[in-house]
Amino acid sequence: MNPVVNVPPAMSTLERFLFSFFNPEIAGRYWKAIAEGMLLTTWLGITVIITGLVVGLTLAMARAQHVKPLNFCIIVFADAFRALPPLVIIIILFFAFPYIQMSMSAFTATWLALSLVLAAFAEEIFWAGILAVPKGQWEAARSTGMSRLEALQYVVLPQAVRMTVPPLTNRVMAITKGPALGSVVALHEILNVSSSASSESGNATPLVVGALAYLILFIPFVWFGRWIETRFAWKR
Amino acid sequence: MKQDLPAILELKALVKSFGALQVLKGIDFSVQPGELAFIIGPSGSGKSTLLRCCNRLEEPDGGSVTVDGVDITAPGVDINRLRQKIGMVFQSFNLYPHMTALGNVTLALRKVQGMDKATADAKGRAALARVGLTDKADAYPNQLSGGQQQRVGIARSLALEPLIVLFDEPTSALDPELVGGVLKVMRELRESGMTMVVVSHEMAFARAAADRVVFMDEGQIVEQGPPEEVFGNPKHARLREFLASLGDR
Repeated sequence: MNPVVNVPPAMSTLERFLFSFFNPEIAGRYWKAIAEGMLLTTWLGITVIITGLVVGLTLAMARAQHVKPLNFCIIVFADAFRALPPLVIIIILFFAFPYIQMSMSAFTATWLALSLVLAAFAEEIFWAGILAVPKGQWEAARSTGMSRLEALQYVVLPQAVRMTVPPLTNRVMAITKGPALGSVVALHEILNVSSSASSESGNATPLVVGALAYLILFIPFVWFGRWIETRFAWKR
Repeated sequence: MKQDLPAILELKALVKSFGALQVLKGIDFSVQPGELAFIIGPSGSGKSTLLRCCNRLEEPDGGSVTVDGVDITAPGVDINRLRQKIGMVFQSFNLYPHMTALGNVTLALRKVQGMDKATADAKGRAALARVGLTDKADAYPNQLSGGQQQRVGIARSLALEPLIVLFDEPTSALDPELVGGVLKVMRELRESGMTMVVVSHEMAFARAAADRVVFMDEGQIVEQGPPEEVFGNPKHARLREFLASLGDR
C-alpha cells in the first residue's frame, strides 16, 4: 500500500489546509510512533540533565580545591565544550569514534554529547556561584577547623547553589531541546519520527503532532523551572 | 603580667609580605594563659594580618607561630585540628546566612567533631546562653541585629572550647549603640579566664579590660605594656601621635 495520501482534487483552501496539517487519519497512523519518540526524548533529557549537573557540580567542586594542573584541565574542558556546537560533537562521537574502536549507539552518542555540553556550562555556573560567596564565609568555616572540602560542602555550596538556580534552570531548558539534534544520527526522538512520518505520508500532520508532543512535554517542565526559581529565591 | 606560665600563643620573628609590601617585619609576641592582649595601631600597621597569621588564615612567610606548645606552621601539622582550639571572631561576623544561630554555633561540632545532634545542640545552646542569646537559637542571621550577630559569632568560636580567641575588630562594623552588648560579652569572657587577643579601636575597653596593650606601626611592635602605662605615659613619639590622632575616644 502506498502510504502517501493524495489531496482529493475538489477541496476548498480551508479543507486543503486541514487535510494537510490536521489530518485525523494520518495522526491516527503515526501518533504511537511519535509517543514512543516522546518517551525516548524524555528519557534522554532526564539522563542528560542528571549526568550534566552531577559532572558539572563535581568539576566545580574540584576546581574549588585550587589544584593548578587540575584547574587548567577543567577550564580547557569547560571552554571547549561551551564553544563546540552540540551537533558537531554528536556527529564526531557517532561517525568518527568507530574508527578508534569506540562505536556507540545513536542514543549514547547524543546522551554523551549533550551531557558534556551541559556539564561544561553547569561547571561554569556553579563556579561563578562559588566565587560569589563572600570570602569571609570560607574564613569563618576554616577557622572552626573545617577542611576546604567541608567548608565548601556545608557552608559555601548551599549558598552558591541558590544563586545558581536561575541561570542553571535556563541552561537546563536549553539543553533539553538537544535531543532533536539526535535526528542526524537517526535517533528515534520526536523530531526524527515525526519528520520521517511526514515525508513518508506526504502530509504535514505528523509534524503538528510532534509539535504538540513537545508542548505536552515542555510546558510542565517550564512551569517546574519557574516554580524552582521562586522556591529558591534568595531572601536577604 | 603572668610571665610565670608557659605562653599559650607565641610568635617568633614572624614575617609576612603581600607582594612587594612587607606587612609584618619580624614580630615577637607571646600571650600568657588568661591574658587579654589588646593590639592597637594605625590602619595598615599589620594588626589584622598579625592576628590572621595566628591561625594561618594568612600563611606567614617566615618565623613561627606556636599555640599551646605546637608550632602550627610546621610542615605536616594538622591545621584543621589545631584551628578548633583557636577561636576567631570577625569584623563582618561571617555568620552562615542559610543556618539558624544554633546551626551556626553547632556546625563544626557536628561536622568536624562528629558530635551527635542532641549533644551538639546542648553545647550550642550553652554557648548561646553565655553570650545572652538563649532565645535567639532559632533565628536566622538576617533576623538579628549586628550586635546579636556578632555575639552569635563569639558563641560559634566558644562552642569549640578554644584555648584562645582572636578578635579581629569585633565592633568596627556595629552601630554605636550595639557596641556595648558585644563588649560586655567580651568582658565576661575575660573574667571567666579566657585567653584573648583583640585587635580593636575601643580604647575605653582596652583601658578597662586589657592586661596588656600592644602598639603596632609599620609592621612592627613599637611599644607594649599595661594599659595605664601605654595610654598614660607613652614613650614613643609614634604612639603619642597615634593616641593624639584618636582624640578622646
